[in-house]
Amino acid sequence: MAKLNLLLLAVLVACALGLVTSQHQARKRFAELELEQQRARELEVEYGRLQLEASTWGQHARVARVAGAMLGLAAPDARRVREVAGAAGPQEAP
Amino acid sequence: MTAAGAILPPRFASWRAFGVLGLLLAGFAVLAARSVWLQWVESDFLRRKGEARHARVLEVPATRGRILDRNGEVLAVSTPVQSVWAIPEDVKASAAQLKALAGLLSLAPAELERRLADAGRDFVYLKRQIPPEVAEQVAALGIPGIYQHREYRRYYPAGETAAHVVGFTGVDDKGQEGIELAYEALLAGVPGSRRVIRDRLGRIVEDIASIRAARDGRDLALALDAKIQSLAFAALKSAVETHRAKAGAIVVVDVRTGEVLALANLPAYNPNNRARLSGAQIRNRVVTDMFEPGSTLKPFTVALALSLGRVGAQTRIVTAPGSLTLGKYTIRDVHPAAAMSVADVIRKSSNVGAAKIALALPREEMHAFFARLGFGAPPELGFPGEAAGKLRPVASWQPVEQATMAYGHGIAVSLAQLARAYTVFARDGELVPLTLVRTGMPAAGRQVLSPEVARTVRAMLEAAVQPGGTAPRARVMGWRVAGKTGTSRKQENGGYATNRYIASFVGFAPVSEPRLVVAVMLDEPSAGQYYGGQVAAPVFAQVTEGALRLLGVPYDAPLVPIGLPGEGEEAKEST
Repeated sequence: MAKLNLLLLAVLVACALGLVTSQHQARKRFAELELEQQRARELEVEYGRLQLEASTWGQHARVARVAGAMLGLAAPDARRVREVAGAAGPQEAP
Repeated sequence: MTAAGAILPPRFASWRAFGVLGLLLAGFAVLAARSVWLQWVESDFLRRKGEARHARVLEVPATRGRILDRNGEVLAVSTPVQSVWAIPEDVKASAAQLKALAGLLSLAPAELERRLADAGRDFVYLKRQIPPEVAEQVAALGIPGIYQHREYRRYYPAGETAAHVVGFTGVDDKGQEGIELAYEALLAGVPGSRRVIRDRLGRIVEDIASIRAARDGRDLALALDAKIQSLAFAALKSAVETHRAKAGAIVVVDVRTGEVLALANLPAYNPNNRARLSGAQIRNRVVTDMFEPGSTLKPFTVALALSLGRVGAQTRIVTAPGSLTLGKYTIRDVHPAAAMSVADVIRKSSNVGAAKIALALPREEMHAFFARLGFGAPPELGFPGEAAGKLRPVASWQPVEQATMAYGHGIAVSLAQLARAYTVFARDGELVPLTLVRTGMPAAGRQVLSPEVARTVRAMLEAAVQPGGTAPRARVMGWRVAGKTGTSRKQENGGYATNRYIASFVGFAPVSEPRLVVAVMLDEPSAGQYYGGQVAAPVFAQVTEGALRLLGVPYDAPLVPIGLPGEGEEAKEST
């Protein structure tokens, strides 16, 4: 009887220690998760900022200005544009 | 026994031993009861108290949704910025530090000192919404009593180009104008909060409960095409400057889907820097302003007469002597002619002809037709402050009103309503509902005219932009276009001004299979020219050509360059 009690006591202590360890592990993992989520939020913010930048640089008016003034480009006269039959066009290509 | 008994203390009564034992047991019993009480009965309360020692409620921020154009280009986006504030009493800084701080915040040193001198207040904003890089430099100064907190600021990369559609938000990130206001519920995020446990290092180690889940605002894709929008804005701007107009507006509609591909107004403003904004700058004239459209309404009068079978396209209308007197009001033509066909009434824009056609129509039919075209009711774009326009109740119509309404006076519409009404001619008689939000799907229209009548009027409108019509300047190379000019005198003091006009042009292209309706309006062009055909039609041509090219619409006309109309090839319009 006393032996059984001792055994159960040992099991109980082991379980208690296990509980404490797993709780500790869980908290550690959770802290890591929080850090990663924080990083995700920061990346999200940076993504927004980059989008803003891309959109600012890519403004149609600015592209037209750069193309015209710096690169000397111009929209071709409609008579110099040749339309290619749809089947060979890049959109319709299989 | 007696000796031992001698050194033993006298024997105590046994009840004393039991008494002590009883007291001890009672003590244990009290302790046990207390622990049971704490473990079971009061455990919730104690747990709460314990958590309160190291649990914190955290705000979970939510971001406002972005506004995109139809191709995903960003038109409005929120990004975090820092606001710098101070507790004046606690600020202890050297003169050099203060100077550096003033420099970083771009404040005058005297202004900074004035704000910090107010020791009675315990919260003073030094500067709101500064970029994160500057905020880091401010933090690096390490001045006690200076704090920062995070705020969101809305940026509009398209600037003034799309300002009137997108609108803007206030400093608290709430929509104040335009789409930002109209779709506030969709765009706005709802910040949440949650209860967490922090360890001694301040790390979050456990989530106890989510008090309120945060919900980020949803992104909104508009129908606008940023390229066409930019093109329309630039063309309108150059026309407003050339003709020294007070204001201008343009709207481009995709006929198939009813989507508004471009909508621009002048004067405009930069939504990123809204110091000294005037009401005239903010107003979205396309949807909130109404004006007397003038001759752009004539095609509808003719269309109704055609569908009631009162006239045919070649019916001769007697317009001699070039004026028509109804009571004390006289309607005049700029170019008097003895008689002209119904098609020529549109091509030459004859007021007398249009009035005579209208007078032959039942007024109830005319009112019902205008109402079916959407005049007198808001266009339901979902935009704040949409004008309904003015369509008088039919009971109050006298012959003179019926006659003037035939050529667009005595009725007021917004440019959006006018553009929508023209979809009737572009879509074989169907009126297409407009939308500012991307749908990407063909819109179902409401049949207002028979396809035959719509096509007949379409042919007349194409003739109006040929040499001899009122708007040869509306033509573009490669595509057949059709449209109608309008030149109306502005109303003032209950009458019509003699030298202030609104020039307009509404048209569509390509005629063989219409894809776009473009409506242009210039308010008070005052550099000499004021006819819709001279002022508004070239804007139409420029925008239509660019937009059709951007959309990849196939050519339906020979590629022959289009020169300016020669002498006598451009009909003057009656106002």
